[in-house]
Amino acid sequence: MTVFIIRRLLQASIVVMLMSIIVFFGVNVIGDPVYMLVSPDADQDDIAAAIARLGLDRPIWEQYWIFLKGAATGDLGNSFIFGEPALRLILYHMPATLELAFSALFLAIAIGIPLGLYAGLYPDKAVSKGIMAGSILGFSLPTFWVGLMLIILFAVELGWLPATGRGDTVSVLGFETSLLTLDGLSHIFLPALNLALLKISLAVRLTRAGVREAMGQDYVKFARAKGLSTKRIIFVHVMKNIMIPVVTVMGLEFGSLIGFSVVTETIFAWPGMGKLLINGILQLDRPVVVAYLMVMVLFFVVINLLVDILYSILDPRVRLQDQNK
Amino acid sequence: MKTTTTLAVAAGILISSVSLASAEKLVIGLASETTSIDPQFHNTGPNNALSLHVFDRLILQNKTQGLYPGLAESWAPVDDLTWEFKLRQGVKFHDGTDFTADDVLCTFERAPNVPNSPASFATYTKGKTLVKIDDYTVHFKTEVPYPLMGNDVSTVAIISDSVGCGGTTEEFNAGTAAIGTGPYKFQSYTPGQSATFVRNEDYWGEKPVWTEVEFRPISSAPSRVAALLAGDVDVISGVPTTDIETLKGKSEITLSQGPSNRVIYLHMDQFRENSPFITAKDGSEIKNPLLDVRVRKAISMAINRDVIVERVMEGIAVSAGQLLPDGFFGVSDKLSPLAYDPDGAKALMAEAGYADGFKMTIHGPNDRYINDAKIAEAIAQMLTRVGIETAVETMPRSVYFGRASSGSPDGLPEFSFILVGWGAGSGEASSPLKALIHTNDPDKGYGATNRGRHSSPEIDAVIQEALATVDDAKRQDLLAKATEMAMENVAIIPTHFQVNTWGAKKGLRYIPRTDEYTLAIGVVKE
Repeated sequence: MTVFIIRRLLQASIVVMLMSIIVFFGVNVIGDPVYMLVSPDADQDDIAAAIARLGLDRPIWEQYWIFLKGAATGDLGNSFIFGEPALRLILYHMPATLELAFSALFLAIAIGIPLGLYAGLYPDKAVSKGIMAGSILGFSLPTFWVGLMLIILFAVELGWLPATGRGDTVSVLGFETSLLTLDGLSHIFLPALNLALLKISLAVRLTRAGVREAMGQDYVKFARAKGLSTKRIIFVHVMKNIMIPVVTVMGLEFGSLIGFSVVTETIFAWPGMGKLLINGILQLDRPVVVAYLMVMVLFFVVINLLVDILYSILDPRVRLQDQNK
Repeated sequence: MKTTTTLAVAAGILISSVSLASAEKLVIGLASETTSIDPQFHNTGPNNALSLHVFDRLILQNKTQGLYPGLAESWAPVDDLTWEFKLRQGVKFHDGTDFTADDVLCTFERAPNVPNSPASFATYTKGKTLVKIDDYTVHFKTEVPYPLMGNDVSTVAIISDSVGCGGTTEEFNAGTAAIGTGPYKFQSYTPGQSATFVRNEDYWGEKPVWTEVEFRPISSAPSRVAALLAGDVDVISGVPTTDIETLKGKSEITLSQGPSNRVIYLHMDQFRENSPFITAKDGSEIKNPLLDVRVRKAISMAINRDVIVERVMEGIAVSAGQLLPDGFFGVSDKLSPLAYDPDGAKALMAEAGYADGFKMTIHGPNDRYINDAKIAEAIAQMLTRVGIETAVETMPRSVYFGRASSGSPDGLPEFSFILVGWGAGSGEASSPLKALIHTNDPDKGYGATNRGRHSSPEIDAVIQEALATVDDAKRQDLLAKATEMAMENVAIIPTHFQVNTWGAKKGLRYIPRTDEYTLAIGVVKE
């Protein structure tokens, strides 16, 4: 296990290094941030001063070297627009995105797996067919459209939930969360549901496929023959087996939940990292974009590592393989 | 939270029995996010608008950007190189300290020197030396006569000597340094989420109606409209043109519209013999036709401004024949939008030797101005109709402005024919004349945004004379004259002035401002 983790960490650091080159140079060939920043009233002197202040007068490789030196000490540069360290800005906005992503993941599992289980156990029932048809919609409807429809239905027409923004938050272990206040929950429900929609569909389909496959397997027949209750067969034996692909995919999808939160955050004016990123892209706040992408790379690497470890806990074969080495 | 609101409401009712029947909280949804509470950190519209609530200026701008006394009771030139500012007495900062000349001096000391500032206020403070005469008199000295003193000074937020001038941007965002003299006091700021202010009960000027104001950035336009419809917010800025018709039919929403100081115009390459995006119809190189004033005039005549306003902008714009709408200082009363005349345009083209027309590309942003990409497409079709085969290329502003300003290999403007906009921050005609029409002259700081590089020594002379004339009436005439000359030369082609739309819930109305600012004091009850 330890060897396995060390090997993965080494691979990860190479990935991170390569990404830093691609990201930094990629972001730096687009546009010219100076014209996005200076006031229109600025004259040529002011513009030149702004260029020097932002360090954009230096050659690109020198800028990269400065970035690398900073990154080694945990400093990913200062945001052009906010004047604050980019990493601090991202960490500041991260709890909002994480709670949104976790809420969406929770919804995906809490809604998707039971529905998928039902559809898998009774594939011929009308309800199951309805669930499957719904999951196609969940896959194919664009997030921004669904988000607006949710707002129009629940906020404008019915008036049950607030349209945008993050509600009251409370501080837990130094992080602000809106999951512990009623106002906060009412604000997070719509964006979380919007973000979760695709993942719910995914969970439904994965679970259904898994259940249908497992129900025909010998161990289920044997369990039946042994006289185990249906409940026990499904929730202990079948579930255990079908959870492996579900956990893998959901784990990997958690990264994309954070990545895709950009659209949802923009629609719902949710003050998370995604909104910070999209503002950074629109205004060419290069340090923020670079820092965000670097943080994302780290995130994916860590998630993949965690999924591998979870795997080995769920599937004894993986553990045994590792011990044999 | 609730108790403080109740207390503030109660206090509001007790103290001011005159101005209001009931005190309330106002929530405003903003189209663009502010980046800081520090009023001197980032010179950009949304920040400047927000900071006006907490920080006064020596001189304030009204809704049409006319100047009126703020913390200065009066200002006037005492000689060619000195302006005397008499400060208002008895004004207190939110922390109780008195406002004096020292605050002004340190404000102008800090404003150009804020660390990491992406857009510094040095633009307005440079060339000025401040001398304290007594506690309530300050002299602003310049090296050359400087008529725009009032306009420049009206942009700089006055911060306090005791906590503000030594404060960092972080301390402003945290609120500890955000001590001004303005109508509202800082209460809280969560970047990207909200900024909340409470009424300054000791305000020297007219007491604001709202006891508490919260600003929330909602950048997605449909969500902003939905938030207003859902009652989450009371007022929104930047109502998208596509929603205006629908909202007009809703009785629970009040829309208000007003022209802005922003002109949308076309800049034409007038400095290259061979312009990169212009060819003959068969694709061969030709001499840049835009150098010929007749061709430029023909282009202007070929553009049907009424169609742009009525169809593309759905009536939410005003067609333009000069650099600023009527009513601004320095506009000419002789100019009106050029009439649509495709036959006249063709005749002029033939006269200039381009009877067969030529090929050209119009470049424009697609996320900067209202309907910008659609306008570029409409213009291209109109030009194609008179023989100038025009292709359209639009791009995000982040890519566009860099290329349009200095995208060619030698650091010059890259495009031949571009769609751009200009908002006159100073609220008078010298701003566009100096930046867009004057010859590009880095030494003097003129023509910094002259992306077509039009250059006429005669117009330059008039602009420079205007910029050195302190007498208002004379300067007004000179600016109008320079504008007329520029339009005669077709230095640029103005198409229309943008009109901004605000939405408010029933019972409220926003008083439109030409500077596109969204201010709590502009929200009135009907």
